[in-house]
Amino acid sequence: MEFDFNNPFGSITRLLTDLLLGLGLDQPLVAFILAVVGAGILAGATLTTAGVFNIWLERKVGARFQDRLGPNRVGPFGLFQGIADAIKLVLKEDITPLGADKVVFNIAPLLAVMSVVGLWAVVPFAPQLIGADLNVGVLYVVAIGGVGTLSVIMAGWSSNNKYALLGALRTVAMLISFEIPMVLVLLVPTMLAGSMGMVAIVDGQDVWYLLMAPVAALVFFISSLAEVGRTPFDLIEAESEIVAGYNIEYSGMKFGMFMVAEFFHSFTIGALFTVLFLGGWRGPGSETFPLLGLVYFIAKTFFMYFVVMWVRYTFPRVRIDQVMALNWKFLTPLALVIVMTTAVVDKLALEQSLPRTPVHLALNVALVLLTILALQAYARALRRKVEGLPEPEAGEVAGAAIGPG
Amino acid sequence: MTAMQAIFLLLGLITFLSAVMVVVSPQLIHAGLWLVLTLAGVAGLFVLLEAPFLAVVQVVIYIGAIAILIIFAIMLTRRMLREDGRQYNNLWAGAVTVSLILFAVLTFLVLQEPSLAAGSEPLQAETSVLLQDLGRSMVDVDRFIIPFEVASILLLAALIGAIYVARPMMASEEGDREE
Amino acid sequence: MLDQWMFVAALLPIGLVMAASPILAGLLLAPRKPNAVKLSTYECGVETVGETWVQFKVQYYIYALIFVIFDIEAVFLFPWAVAYNQLQLYMVLEGVLFILILGGGLLYAWRKGALEWL
Repeated sequence: MEFDFNNPFGSITRLLTDLLLGLGLDQPLVAFILAVVGAGILAGATLTTAGVFNIWLERKVGARFQDRLGPNRVGPFGLFQGIADAIKLVLKEDITPLGADKVVFNIAPLLAVMSVVGLWAVVPFAPQLIGADLNVGVLYVVAIGGVGTLSVIMAGWSSNNKYALLGALRTVAMLISFEIPMVLVLLVPTMLAGSMGMVAIVDGQDVWYLLMAPVAALVFFISSLAEVGRTPFDLIEAESEIVAGYNIEYSGMKFGMFMVAEFFHSFTIGALFTVLFLGGWRGPGSETFPLLGLVYFIAKTFFMYFVVMWVRYTFPRVRIDQVMALNWKFLTPLALVIVMTTAVVDKLALEQSLPRTPVHLALNVALVLLTILALQAYARALRRKVEGLPEPEAGEVAGAAIGPG
Repeated sequence: MTAMQAIFLLLGLITFLSAVMVVVSPQLIHAGLWLVLTLAGVAGLFVLLEAPFLAVVQVVIYIGAIAILIIFAIMLTRRMLREDGRQYNNLWAGAVTVSLILFAVLTFLVLQEPSLAAGSEPLQAETSVLLQDLGRSMVDVDRFIIPFEVASILLLAALIGAIYVARPMMASEEGDREE
Repeated sequence: MLDQWMFVAALLPIGLVMAASPILAGLLLAPRKPNAVKLSTYECGVETVGETWVQFKVQYYIYALIFVIFDIEAVFLFPWAVAYNQLQLYMVLEGVLFILILGGGLLYAWRKGALEWL
């Protein structure tokens, strides 16, 4: 059994399978053991990266954006800051508030982490390296995200605290609202690739889908940011507004798990965007050298994570009613229009045998122009409505007219 | 007892027990959460039946949307914090017996159908191909195009109905707010 | 196909266990000194006033309803999108009709003010 360098991950699997079969176990058990080992490695690697490295990266990059140094005491360049934070959280006292529903209170952080770890099962790292090549990968991603929403309600309700409940309800309202444009826009890579499987979507990206459907990519990015609860949508944990929202009553490592889940989810958003719109592991030479594909994938994911952090330190927080208006009145109609026009234009392009990519690019540019015109018309109509009102008296603040929306 | 049978028994047991807990739980929110576990069990059963699309749709729609809707509805009633006490009365033994008899009769009737009693056969094609066939069949003029479009009208009717019913509640809240 | 799902079935419990282990480590290592103030509910430093229930705005429920409708619509569209490469133009237009009908529903909700955050 030789090690095929063109297919290192497949060879490793084959080697392990032969080893276990040689020990006298039968096939289904061998497959199960390999699945458990693979899952353990995946969960361990990603959780460690998220819990330790990403937290350091987040704070360092944030510090540099804000023209300061960031952690630089613990270890070289402050790299062990994440470990120090983890140790600190473990040693903190774990307070369960009086009257809290203990079982639900304890399960909520576990579900939050589980839902994010489950997302990584369908992410293709390299040509043969994927946890589970489900042919319904895209919907699986949406499904597991829904479990995270459930954990928020559980946390908010079981805390026996009206602010936690209020925060949880607002959070869940925001999360479910932004799921709609996300799911609708996920139809676009599905259509372009002809399959819901992540591997098929990566294989179909001879041209990155970012170039074929930039508006769809942007809508997906914005909805994902809101799904994670990052700025500009982080009102759910805005310290000046509702303290910590649904995780007020959590302390110690349970709180740590919620935080890990949030950072980890941001990182996962980067990975999903990479797979769906940036061509995953594809790049020059990655077909012949799968390890190179892995490098490309990691580079692209970290770049997208950097963009997520960039957005965080650039934009101010958006108010809840503005957030909901943005979703239902802008993103959802836009997503519907994108799906409809992409479907029709792609078929027309095929019938007229025009090249696909320029046609799609032209469509997206047209959509952007139309959207800008529509927004301008809306702003004009709003201004006319404001100017039609009687002059505000000295006491009235002009902000009442600008108001929500 | 193959591995598949063992997994099926386990999933079936989880689903069944969660369903019983939904009915029996004294606290309403707990019943909602047990319902989520029941729906997850059903999704697992769909996976065992090699219907992955239905499994993920089950989780997306039932757990991600309908369970959340039910939990919101539970929170809309102010009873959610009260322990309502035992949810079943003293006749529960008789009810369980009748249910078991009904289950036995139904199973017997179902097993009379020869194609169902013969055991499972493998699918005719790969699930991806079957999924494409499903998509084609939904827009094929000879097959399911009418139900497909009627489904959208049904959803539209549900949306309009829900908003129509909810408008008085929204108006009264706005009235409260202006005081 | 079931092998793939076995990976998922293995990953989810492992994720759960990996999340639980630091918490269990905390149970062993962290101090535990409960007192009345620490256990009481947090309300920005003052005593809790009134029962713990929230004035549940009906708007949350409306958002959840609209979400259910559009979620089902999106899920209906996925098989249509998967079969996209084999469809002819009129079949694509039928899907577009489906979306337009529900877009009309969204417009109705918008005009009736169901999308406002009260």
